[in-house]
Amino acid sequence: MTNRTAYTNARLLDPATGLDAIGGLLVEGTKIADFGPALFRDGVPEGVERIDCGGACLAPGLVDLRADVGEPGFEHNETLLTASRSAAAGGITALACLPNTDPVLDDVAGLEFIARRAREVKLVKIFAYASVTRETAGREIAEMGLLAEAGAVGFTDGTSPVTDAGVMRRALSYAKTWGRTIFQHPAEPSLAAGGAMNAGEVATRLGLKGISPMAEIIMLERDLRLVEMTGGRYHAANISTAESVDVIRRAKRKGLKVTCDTAPPYFSLTEVDVGDYRTFFKLSPPLRGEMDRRAIIDGLADGTIDAIASDHAPRDQDVKRVPFGQAAFGSVGFETLLPLVLELVHKEHLSLLGALDTVTRRPADILGLKGMGRLAKGGAADLVLFDAERPWKVEAEKLASKSKNSCFDRRPVQGMVLRTVVDGRTVHSKAD
Amino acid sequence: MPPHPHDLDARADSLPHRDLLGIQGLTAPEINLILDLADGYVAQNRSARKFSDVLAGRTVVNLFFENSTRTRTSFELAAKRLGGDAINMSVDGSSVKKGETLIDTAMTLNAMHLDVLVVRHQESGAPKLLADKVNCAVINAGDGAHEHPTQALLDALTIRRHKGSLKGLTVAICGDILHSRVARSNIHLLNIMGANVRVVAPPTLVPSGLDRLGVEVHHSMKTGLKDADIVMMLRLQLERMQGQYLPSQREYFRFFGLDYEKLTVAKPDVLVMHPGPMNRGVEIDSLVADDIHRSVILEQVELGVAVRMACLDLLTRTRN
Repeated sequence: MTNRTAYTNARLLDPATGLDAIGGLLVEGTKIADFGPALFRDGVPEGVERIDCGGACLAPGLVDLRADVGEPGFEHNETLLTASRSAAAGGITALACLPNTDPVLDDVAGLEFIARRAREVKLVKIFAYASVTRETAGREIAEMGLLAEAGAVGFTDGTSPVTDAGVMRRALSYAKTWGRTIFQHPAEPSLAAGGAMNAGEVATRLGLKGISPMAEIIMLERDLRLVEMTGGRYHAANISTAESVDVIRRAKRKGLKVTCDTAPPYFSLTEVDVGDYRTFFKLSPPLRGEMDRRAIIDGLADGTIDAIASDHAPRDQDVKRVPFGQAAFGSVGFETLLPLVLELVHKEHLSLLGALDTVTRRPADILGLKGMGRLAKGGAADLVLFDAERPWKVEAEKLASKSKNSCFDRRPVQGMVLRTVVDGRTVHSKAD
Repeated sequence: MPPHPHDLDARADSLPHRDLLGIQGLTAPEINLILDLADGYVAQNRSARKFSDVLAGRTVVNLFFENSTRTRTSFELAAKRLGGDAINMSVDGSSVKKGETLIDTAMTLNAMHLDVLVVRHQESGAPKLLADKVNCAVINAGDGAHEHPTQALLDALTIRRHKGSLKGLTVAICGDILHSRVARSNIHLLNIMGANVRVVAPPTLVPSGLDRLGVEVHHSMKTGLKDADIVMMLRLQLERMQGQYLPSQREYFRFFGLDYEKLTVAKPDVLVMHPGPMNRGVEIDSLVADDIHRSVILEQVELGVAVRMACLDLLTRTRN
């Protein structure tokens, strides 16, 4: 007997096609069998499980471009199991994890380990980047062909930028052969070294070493020259400054194969939030000024910034309950991703479909995940059901992530995930 | 004749703060209260009978994560002259090497029922982190490049005793502003008290956004010192000398070291200050440093004890 589930009375949302209508969706096994306003008009057939969505939004599950999941090597921060639970609670059905593990994901065995653990955990779909360079040391490029064959969705040194221009040039050229993109965390180390927060008045007042916005902008400018030279595909991760948005905008006008993303802190918070040395606000790149925050929103609104990633970076207490200068960078992000993206809708910066596009279709396309991030007949039944209006307050202690370092702790938000479905299976359901 | 500390005590004035973590957050009347009380302690320190029992039964711990003989001794003397028990703890990494975190250290000390914890740490914000975890008052004795409030208070007391008031004075703070907590505390204090603040430093030693802290930034001693009432020199950390921020010691002294020639543009009755220890011939010429008509460097050291006595006194008044 086929396992069939009918989602009725849903607000169907699909950024890929512009669909926004009340209707129903039928899941058969692991696939979407049908959907549309007319479906179930004559009632739900016998023998089909029915889920009444009560008018809530039913959209493609979120695809997360960037997460640091800790396993292998940093299981005290997060494991693939706890990360999967947290992602599922955030409405994320597929995620790509960074290679900054121990050992680094720079060989086929590492990728196979992730794939095996993901199968065992069997909650959300977990993909992995492989490192651009061996050990993410920035010197020799990794075995990109073998790694692409083994399933690497892209190449990145994760939180370590590829700083050597020659290495970046070779990586962009070589990755092209395998149809993969180089994902860069743009931060010129000679301008960022030792810095703890954005350079400027607040850092000066707090006596903290600043990270100049130029560290990001200069590396971006350099990389884009190399993209122009090599014809490679390049993605800038975690864009945080107004000038970066301009640089990307110009590159796109030139027709370069460039995409970029940002993360919720960069359109929701500023350097002022660091307050009295609150280490949960120590992020990489650092929180910037108000003008930068607004420029990021503008970049999202005009499509210069393609996607929003969770930039999930779990860190345990030992590395956060220390003086700011010594604290680790990062904040957890899975469970706050959707409500903060929806905040852009509530504040009328983006349309609902436009906002969802940044966390569904576009990240799936950037990663080359065919058929993901959209509603399609015959496509995988990866869905999120959410109430876009429902208010709640982020309470870090209640997050499913193993680490509780949320820079949005105690923030009132609007938009709650009610159910997350992966390949037709409910992997998270909000208990009322 | 300044009031005797115990007369002030009778007024039962106190600070509406549990801790002294920085000058930022203090008001002009609060600063004046500390300085008035310190004035009284200067008189006590100069008398034959230097001791009182204001802190009798109280325990003050000097927790220093960075070496500092003068500041630590000054706090120790201040606590002892008020009749308190002063204990010095130098954490040169022994507990830290065993894996103990700053918060573990704080919790351990907290269990011993201290009254005041005086903290120096190489990281900005470390005293604040400790203050959130302990029940006693915390005094910041210098954290990273953030603040060193008692140094700014003793500088203010020194200036006030010579000039009568800080209001309207032109004060030039010169040298390594980028790494200086003394500069930041002084900038805040002088702004609160109505002085005109200038900083003079090579561009590589000026942190970004400094002009938004209410100071004029100069890169020339000639313009920065013009008509100055006070010149505060800062210690240049010699390890920063070669290549990274400055080309050489020789070049630094030529353009930014204080000598008589550069001082000629300042007011004739200009006061020269330095928080010490000095690098003679690097940021300051010995002739200027030792000029008893202009240099008040040793007086700063003397008044430091009185200011710290006032701070210990005020912070323990409301804590029974």
